Amino acid sequence: MSLLRLQGVDKVFGGLHAVRAMSLEVEPQAIFGLIGPNGAGKTTIFNVITGVYAPDAGTISFDGSEIDGLRPAQIAARGVARTFQNIRLFRAMSVEENVLVAGHHQHKSSLFDAVLRNQRYAAGERALRARARELLELFGLQELAKDLAGSLPYGSQRRLEIARALMLSPKLLLLDEPAAGMNSREARALNEQIRFLRDNLGLTVVLVEHNMEVVMNVCDTIHVVDHGETIAEGSPVEIKAHPKVIAAYLGQESA
Amino acid sequence: MLWLKRCGFSVVVAAAIYGVGFGLEQLLTDYFLRIILLAGINVILAVGLNLINGTTGQFSIGHAGFMAVGAYATAFIGVALAPLFGDTALGRSLTFNLALVAGALLAGLTGLLVGLPSLRLRGDYLAVVTLGFGEIIRISFNNAQFLGAATGYFGNSPAGLPVYTNFFWVYAWAALIVLIVRNLTFSQTGRSLIAIREDEIAAEAMATPTTRLKVTAFAISAATAGIAGGLFAHMQAGIRPEDFRFEKSIDMIVMIIVGGLGSITGAVLGGIFVAVSLELMRDLQQYRLVLYALLLIAIMLLRPQGLLGNRELTALWSRRRPRPTGESA
Repeated sequence: MSLLRLQGVDKVFGGLHAVRAMSLEVEPQAIFGLIGPNGAGKTTIFNVITGVYAPDAGTISFDGSEIDGLRPAQIAARGVARTFQNIRLFRAMSVEENVLVAGHHQHKSSLFDAVLRNQRYAAGERALRARARELLELFGLQELAKDLAGSLPYGSQRRLEIARALMLSPKLLLLDEPAAGMNSREARALNEQIRFLRDNLGLTVVLVEHNMEVVMNVCDTIHVVDHGETIAEGSPVEIKAHPKVIAAYLGQESA
Repeated sequence: MLWLKRCGFSVVVAAAIYGVGFGLEQLLTDYFLRIILLAGINVILAVGLNLINGTTGQFSIGHAGFMAVGAYATAFIGVALAPLFGDTALGRSLTFNLALVAGALLAGLTGLLVGLPSLRLRGDYLAVVTLGFGEIIRISFNNAQFLGAATGYFGNSPAGLPVYTNFFWVYAWAALIVLIVRNLTFSQTGRSLIAIREDEIAAEAMATPTTRLKVTAFAISAATAGIAGGLFAHMQAGIRPEDFRFEKSIDMIVMIIVGGLGSITGAVLGGIFVAVSLELMRDLQQYRLVLYALLLIAIMLLRPQGLLGNRELTALWSRRRPRPTGESA
């Protein structure tokens, strides 16, 4: 059974049909690429899946239950984590605190425990910090734990966003242009990290990406959209040769 | 063991506050004592308001309304409770503190009711709505006959409200509230509140229940303003709706901006600063707002982050060994 399924999803902004009759299925532990020209509606699809926008039509099911109409925080708590195209870190907080924020719904203590500073609070805090430390080490950020997130170099900020998303202990990770602004060496390292997340943590990854080096290397399935509609889906080899994809990216010779 | 240590610490702090209060009452005239009490009340107001305006980044400019609810509720409930506990020192203390807690709960409840619809709004819109609610509350008291309407509430006896408020109660409550707000700020809840201030969309995507947290912080903030109101009410013979005008909310904003939005120790300093500066400017009473406006402009130009920015004064001497937030104390 697929982990994520969109069926006939529509999203309209005024006169703009940003997403039209979108259907797609993502299998568990897949690395699923979502590509298309600028303005094709890729980020809108992410925003609809994560509850930032409610779809105008269609259903979205995740892990066996329907999630369309839920609030973003509820969808995140069910195991859908994401990063943002234009990095959205909590800039005035430390690297470690950024990761800890995503542990809110897992913190096993209440507001009263925090005010009283009792055993339960201390235990909850310890567990969360241990997990945050693991994630920071995984992404090579442990040395920077006390630095302000806003002061990190760009590449580290991107990695921190992924580390923060993983703090949710998600089943599905949505990456919105993770390779944006990276050079080809950094992009290759990113490929390795994405595979690592799938192979070692059992994550399912959906990524929106323009960098074809990343998309073609790491994805097992690629879904191509243009003007909010699906134009093709298949393996990297199939997509590279697909006439509609070539037309969408390179333009079509007029008949 | 931990709790035993904490109890011991509380007793020592209480004794210290009592001792200092006793000493000051011998040394100083009523005039100076009043300024010191007002400073303590301001500290409570500023630290409470900072939780929502500074830490959570949701700008309220109607907190005078919650202070009014606390003041009226404490006074009214105190009048009802006084005969039950008698006129001994213990009876008076019980009456006063139970009334204060009740006043805080009512102010917190009012905060909850105001916060639920208005915290969906952001920025300027939220500010305008809280301003509106603050005025609605004041005007309601202005028309409540059983609370003396525009004349003010003076209890039932011709002497007016009993003067319960003294150095000990003001500073014991201030210490308690600073401790509670500190423990909240440096915890998972506090981290999530700061995350809401930093980027609400990202906070939601990280499973933070933003609306619930904002409303909670707002209600706690309103409750602390209620405590301050109750302490203020029992400093004198009576309270009038005009004690809680819009200008009072502006005073509170000045306190936290001077101290640095988001800093607890900054709010403490800001509260004291406003109490002292108001007294120094007493002769220019009606030009006070002009001076405050000039002061705010000067701060925005010279030090936009306020006295301390969002840092804590305590960070100055623990800089060599940085302490992570949320560490259990």
